Amino acid sequence: MTYILGISAFYHDSAACIISDGKIVAAAQEERFTRVKHDAGYPKNAVEFVLNYANLKLSDLDHIVFFEKPFLKFERLLETYVAFAPKGFVQFSKAMPTWLRDKLFQKKQLMDHLKEHDNKFRDEKKLHFSEHHLSHAASAFYPSPFEEAIVLTADGVGEWATTTVAIGSGKNLEIKKEIQFPHSLGLLYSAFTYYTGFKVNSGEYKLMGLAPYGEPKYFDLIKNNLIDIKPDGTFRLDQSYFDYATGLKMTNSKFNNLFGQKERNSKFEKLTQFHMDIAASIQKITEEIMLNLSKSLQEEFNIKNLCLAGGVALNCVANGKILKEKIFENIWVQPAAGDAGGSLGAALAYWHLELMKDREIIKTDSMKGSYLGPEYNEEDIERELNEIGAKYKKLKDDEIYEKTTECLINGDAVGWFQGRMEFGPRALGARSILGDPRSENMQKILNLKVKYRESFRPFAPSVLENEVKNWFDIDKTSPYMLMVANINEDKVIKMNKEEEKLFGIEKLNIKRSTIPAVTHVDYSARIQTVNQNTNQRYFNLISKFNEKTGCPVLINTSFNVRGEPIVNTPKDAFNCFMGTELDTLVIGNFFLEKINQNKSLKKDYKNSFELD
Amino acid sequence: MSFLIEFWNFIKVRKKYWLLPIIIVLLIFGGLIVLSQGSAVAPFIYTIF
Repeated sequence: MTYILGISAFYHDSAACIISDGKIVAAAQEERFTRVKHDAGYPKNAVEFVLNYANLKLSDLDHIVFFEKPFLKFERLLETYVAFAPKGFVQFSKAMPTWLRDKLFQKKQLMDHLKEHDNKFRDEKKLHFSEHHLSHAASAFYPSPFEEAIVLTADGVGEWATTTVAIGSGKNLEIKKEIQFPHSLGLLYSAFTYYTGFKVNSGEYKLMGLAPYGEPKYFDLIKNNLIDIKPDGTFRLDQSYFDYATGLKMTNSKFNNLFGQKERNSKFEKLTQFHMDIAASIQKITEEIMLNLSKSLQEEFNIKNLCLAGGVALNCVANGKILKEKIFENIWVQPAAGDAGGSLGAALAYWHLELMKDREIIKTDSMKGSYLGPEYNEEDIERELNEIGAKYKKLKDDEIYEKTTECLINGDAVGWFQGRMEFGPRALGARSILGDPRSENMQKILNLKVKYRESFRPFAPSVLENEVKNWFDIDKTSPYMLMVANINEDKVIKMNKEEEKLFGIEKLNIKRSTIPAVTHVDYSARIQTVNQNTNQRYFNLISKFNEKTGCPVLINTSFNVRGEPIVNTPKDAFNCFMGTELDTLVIGNFFLEKINQNKSLKKDYKNSFELD
Repeated sequence: MSFLIEFWNFIKVRKKYWLLPIIIVLLIFGGLIVLSQGSAVAPFIYTIF
């Protein structure tokens, strides 16, 4: 057996994974253990977990692969500062201390950290460095069910590349072309995230969620000034509007002047229709680029499969558009498309490209539904619950589905904690908060009383895989919640003339379909199809709900509050349960009701996490 | 020492000899620069460095 540890760290979303003879064994993000969202530190806990899960010591590993090349990144930084000099001095003076102190010596730094797991570890030759976008591409292609595919990666920036095109065939994966910094679709989207007052590198989802409330009024303005989009989807950004290459912000005053107002300060300023229109405009630009890129690549390479990774691949609305246009027969998106997935890609790239090992294509799901994190057995759960002082009932499997369904029908918000934790940013029914999608109030209740987040934010549906066609306009599976499609016409409730006149967020109060809680204002939904083979318990629960209600759909949102990483342990789940207005908590076969809990265990949970 | 060898190899492979003077100056002033603390700049900018 050959064991490879993959690590991504030091920027955002640090993570670790282990593969054994090319098979994915375990993977987890550091934030889940440290409870610091997007934790960028060395993933000590995640490495410890994957080693323990695989029952290995550090010395048992054959190779350790870091997800990118620090020297190449340093080269990009220096060349950028030279190119923009003297303009970039402010950023230069911030970046250099970090680099000269730590990041330039990442090999030594990594070796030192690895010694935290085993102080006898000296084998520097086991440590290798992949390339950022090769790691992304590998994470998208190797676990996919395709023999051959075009692999498109797009994010903020890695070393030099911001967008790459690779061709994967069997065990081979070759990057064919790339767009380099400072021209970046990810950074363009982040610039608008910043401009609309959301946190860069975490608020991009909010911007995407906000887009359907607006009209793309600024589409032409952006296209005529900020970005030059070629017919093949490649692009150049006019750097005179952006500050990120040289300064400490994403945009500058010229950018503000173009749109006629300054960037929003989320502490003092509310979201207005202007911000919604801006969101709609940048979303449309993103979709145009992704669609044009997809079309031109399909024509150039004539390959029927597409794999996607990189932060931009988390833009599930754009993914849904590519799917709907039927440019490719099949699309597969890496569920940990952000930098966390780089750890997995780095390990897989080393296995197939350096060790030249053949690839076994698994048609079902080699990512195992992305359930690659820690799990807790009955004893662990019971011990933790007893230690905390939780009041619980232990039920049989059938009773769990029955009782949970009853609670859901009664309008409860249910914390659902089962099996192995998800790898990647989406909760997929292992660490989820669930609700009844037929309820008209559920979106507001969950946003304001459970998640403590903005009322405009949509919720996603989980639907039984075999029922998806009956409810949504999609003919493919979407197991990782990375595709958006419209609700079927027969489920839509048409707006009357008065309702149609409503603008933006006012539309939220209208019942838009028979499953209003998961129907966005443009009748779209971010779909997760649930398969019996990858998550039996979640499948059983939705089946029971379907049996009782005729609705094979549940609201599925991540088990956390705004700004908090998704819960990892039963204790995390209990704390979140007690700190929010969740009514019911189900951990394995343990059933907990809020009314039975000791009130003194309630916490001021809302303010425990920095808002994102 | 191994760092310098690796970095020299990197410069050779990338043929970026013109970066050397900058790097040498940086290393000379490195002590000073390292002593001045870099501060957290998030969330106003993507982590590009």
